[in-house]
Amino acid sequence: MSLTSIFSIAGSALQAQSQRMNVSASNLANADSAVGPDGQPYRARQVVFQVDPPAGQPYGREIGGVRVAGVVLDPSPLKRIYDPAHPLADGQGYVTMPNVDTVAETVNMIAASRSYQANVEVLNTAKQLMMKTLTLGQS
Amino acid sequence: MLDRLNEDFRFYQQAIALRAQRQEVLSSNIANADTPQYKARDFDFQAAMRDALDARLRLPDTHLSLTSARHIPGQAVTPDPVALQYRLPYQPSVDGNTVDMDAERVRFADNTLHYQSSLQLLSGRIRSMMSAIQE
Repeated sequence: MSLTSIFSIAGSALQAQSQRMNVSASNLANADSAVGPDGQPYRARQVVFQVDPPAGQPYGREIGGVRVAGVVLDPSPLKRIYDPAHPLADGQGYVTMPNVDTVAETVNMIAASRSYQANVEVLNTAKQLMMKTLTLGQS
Repeated sequence: MLDRLNEDFRFYQQAIALRAQRQEVLSSNIANADTPQYKARDFDFQAAMRDALDARLRLPDTHLSLTSARHIPGQAVTPDPVALQYRLPYQPSVDGNTVDMDAERVRFADNTLHYQSSLQLLSGRIRSMMSAIQE
């Protein structure tokens, strides 16, 4: 319970937001991957955030950082596009494509980077405060 | 004599400690700005400061003495001066999160400023004490 724990709180947020950006980047990169390692089209992934309070805090007063509870597959249906010339087209000429929503992923990416920046700012402020506290009474 | 010094610095020490704690709570809010079902927390600095300085309110923690293995343990603890509360949501999101990033950042900056001014005041106090000692 001190300024040093701000480092772990903001640090955990940086880690979680960068993982969110990673997942978003993977979704965007694979927006057109009609076949993955398992032979199926790529499915979009989303991170789930969860509060991560350090142990030993009184009940009802827990505060803490954030962690990624898991990466879940997007359950929305896969897109089907008509392209008879595609090598993976089925009998009717349809190809099953990933369910990545590129616009939503781009927005997600921007939101993650803004949250990342906010936490970097928190970290910088905490560092400045600690430096000032360390030089208390000098000069 | 050292007692007096201690008493003199206690106010600022308490203020800085509470400011640091509030800073932590606010940073937790900012860190969890995207966590579903997270509710923003904060506490009233003025009330916490008043409770912390008013020593009469703090009683020593009491335990029931147990004389048999079948007794139920009980204890009475005076609550901490800091009472964490939930912020009233101004524009809550659909996922149950009540963190308003702009408001949190404003409060964070405000708290930073107050922390620094408390440090500055304490610094001045130490300086005047030093000059009093050296004269």
